[in-house]
Amino acid sequence: MSTRLAELQDIGIRFGERQLLSNINMTLHQGEIVTLIGPNGSGKSTLIRTLLGLQEPTTGKVVRHDHLRIGYMPQKLHIDPTLPLTVKHFLGLVRGVNKKDIRPTLNKVGIPHLENSQVHVLSGGETQRLLLARALLNRPNLLVLDEPVQGVDVSGQVELYNLIDVIRKELNCGVLMISHDLHLVMAQTDTVVCINQHVCCSGTPQHVKGHPAYQALFGIPGADSSLAIYAHNHNHVHDDSGEVVEEGHVHTASCQHHAH
Amino acid sequence: MLELLMRALIGGIGVAAVAGPLGAFVVWRRMAYFGDTLAHSALLGVALGFLLDINLNFAIVVLCVGLALVLVALQKKHIIATDTLLGILAHSALSLGLVAVSFLDNVRIDLMAYLFGDLLAISQTDLYWIYGGGLLVMSLLVTFWRPLLALTVNEELAKVEGYPVEAIRLLLMLLVAVVIAVAMKIVGVLLITSLMIIPAATSRKLSQTPVQMASMAGVLGCLSVCGGLWASYHWDTPTGPSVVVCAALLFLIAYTLPIRKTA
Repeated sequence: MSTRLAELQDIGIRFGERQLLSNINMTLHQGEIVTLIGPNGSGKSTLIRTLLGLQEPTTGKVVRHDHLRIGYMPQKLHIDPTLPLTVKHFLGLVRGVNKKDIRPTLNKVGIPHLENSQVHVLSGGETQRLLLARALLNRPNLLVLDEPVQGVDVSGQVELYNLIDVIRKELNCGVLMISHDLHLVMAQTDTVVCINQHVCCSGTPQHVKGHPAYQALFGIPGADSSLAIYAHNHNHVHDDSGEVVEEGHVHTASCQHHAH
Repeated sequence: MLELLMRALIGGIGVAAVAGPLGAFVVWRRMAYFGDTLAHSALLGVALGFLLDINLNFAIVVLCVGLALVLVALQKKHIIATDTLLGILAHSALSLGLVAVSFLDNVRIDLMAYLFGDLLAISQTDLYWIYGGGLLVMSLLVTFWRPLLALTVNEELAKVEGYPVEAIRLLLMLLVAVVIAVAMKIVGVLLITSLMIIPAATSRKLSQTPVQMASMAGVLGCLSVCGGLWASYHWDTPTGPSVVVCAALLFLIAYTLPIRKTA
């Protein structure tokens, strides 16, 4: 097993009468991408905030190993319009940043041309890349990304996920991210944790997709007729990368067969 | 007369040079109401200073800093919305100050001077307070510029990156408290916040970076003081309000004239 970075031990969070999270256990490793999925209000963001130390857990504890350095990419960036701020200055705010690292990092996330732009005029996708750059400048071994593709069109989303994957391989860092759409992140994810106040199920994307708890929350893949998702009859099984797996078709709850 | 004017000018510039840059933070963090609350309570400091027979400047600084600490503590408890809390504190402190002042039969207080400021009444001791307090605030502002700005831009990112967020927030509030206590002499309880906010708001139109905006706010504040004093000298207008009117005029000019921003 690779190096452990942080552990959530039996986390429970309560706001007044409302139990937001209970009995959450999770371990994050170097080099591993973990995706959190769950419906709105399921406590995904709260869980991430707990890991970051922005939210105190009511019960349980967060273990952050000594060598842990987190790069955090928040869901969105609101900067008061009265504050003039260029991309370069925004990135210069990272604690202990070496100014020389700013340009290469902007190159890495693909927005070197925006170095002197005001942060207020960036598009959704550019803002996400800027936030990713800021997270990277903290020299993290764990990237924590709260819905990294928010406000980005579908092709841009795929690009961003690929970029995150490239960065993960380059830095060999762990990644914990929140996503709404399992299908988009499947190829880049090692472990999926589906939560709704508690951990409903977790495992490889394939495993989670077929899990009854996942299907109860997100519906059976392809079964929702309001979304005309193309589905075809399976007579073979794909692995994560799309290769045909040479084994008999194992029937699980995930393989609902549909007519064309 | 000339000496009086010079002293007023030096004092006014000392205050404006600090109030401007700090005012930028007040604008960015939407702390205007917080500033008002501290300013209103400063009058209570004056009354207490007389009652306890201690240095007035000292009494005001202590009261403003104390109130800032109380506010931070109360805010954490989330008893009521912050603006409501500020409203309650601001006006009860001001009223309490006015009531307390009315009990002071043996001393005659020029209430108008405290409410609207009297730049021409600045003494040599006041100058020491202004420049002592100003230098302290300025050096702290420069030393902690990056953490203060990081906190202003995004508190959560700052916290995750390891900035001591709580301490920095407290520092900013204390800086505002000190500036208000010191500036009170110049523009008075009711007008202090304007000296922080108006130059900063004007400066926004003319700047591309936070440093530009903060330093330009200081310069614009100083110009307002010069203009206000000049008007006051020529037309015998009240100095405090003249300074504020001058700052407001600069604001109007900056936002109506077609000044091209270099992007």
